[in-house]
Amino acid sequence: MIIAEQKPIQEIKAMIAGYQKVLIVGCDTCVTICMAGGRKEVGIIASCLRMALQIDRKKPQLIEDCIQRQCEWEFVDTLKDKVDGVDAILSSACGVGVQALAERFPNKPVYPALNTTFMGMPNEHGLWVENCRGCGNCGLGRFGGICPIARCSKGLLNGPCGGSQNGKCEVSKEMDCGWQLIYGRLKTLNQLDQLEDILLPKDWSTDRDKGQRKMFRGDVYYEQTV
Amino acid sequence: MTEHFEPEIVAFCCHYCAYGAADLAGSMRLNYPANVKIVKLPCTGKVDIIYLLKAFEDGADGAYVAGCLEGNCHFIDGNIKAKRRVARAKKLLDEIGIGGERLEMFNMSASMGPRFAEVAREMTERVRGLGPSPLRK
Repeated sequence: MIIAEQKPIQEIKAMIAGYQKVLIVGCDTCVTICMAGGRKEVGIIASCLRMALQIDRKKPQLIEDCIQRQCEWEFVDTLKDKVDGVDAILSSACGVGVQALAERFPNKPVYPALNTTFMGMPNEHGLWVENCRGCGNCGLGRFGGICPIARCSKGLLNGPCGGSQNGKCEVSKEMDCGWQLIYGRLKTLNQLDQLEDILLPKDWSTDRDKGQRKMFRGDVYYEQTV
Repeated sequence: MTEHFEPEIVAFCCHYCAYGAADLAGSMRLNYPANVKIVKLPCTGKVDIIYLLKAFEDGADGAYVAGCLEGNCHFIDGNIKAKRRVARAKKLLDEIGIGGERLEMFNMSASMGPRFAEVAREMTERVRGLGPSPLRK
């Protein structure tokens, strides 16, 4: 899922300080699970902003709402009536949600309340880790199900570098060496022989170097007629 | 001005300890400042960050959470959860500009009536020293 974290209150305050009526919209999907921007966090952000703005002698009206997913039009469209009556929107969703609101409501300024950080999972309650870089050409089958692109600091494809010490990465003593994990996993699977194949430089053309990526599937794509 | 300032303080008290301690303080005829308004909770684990923020938003100059002694929570670890939430709420109050020192977490048992009165006095003095909440100025 998408992991995000709340921006500092003062940064959010500076973005919305000039508006009288602001709609704060949360998202009930990824950012709710990572406790950054769901219904509950919208309440916290709104309360913090009300107080921070009150200190500056400002009393804007902050309307709180939360939709199932900010990255799907059918949910975004349910906000239309509320959006009509406000001066700006504060989106408490990932960058995809912020952009969906901006596209659907072109006449309203939309501001982000969160920093979208990475694709990952909660390894433990309150601890989220990045496990996928979305390179568009998955090689997990070659690496025992552990991604060297996301979990090796250098994204190496043919084994660890000299900075791997006692299973940890030289970047941080807290960080596991991705390649140590791959080696351990392949050893468990009795597939160490896979490491004997030298991989050629990765084809990064599926990554985002060619700009915004799009995916098309003819069987489910219907050109909009309305 | 601050000499005559009487702070409004909200105390979120656990039913099993601090609320009992407050009751005991009353039975023992101990004086504690009338500034402290008690909100009874079934456990401090019920404390949510929004409760603490709302207390300040609605005009409190200070607030504290009083739970069981660590290791003695009736619901195992509610007081530890509360401690963490109080820590986050303090950071948010700092960010907002209200000041995290206006919020605190205390631990006590139901038999610690005198301690309840002491904590009430301590927080009242602390907040009196800090002056009114920036929201009330």
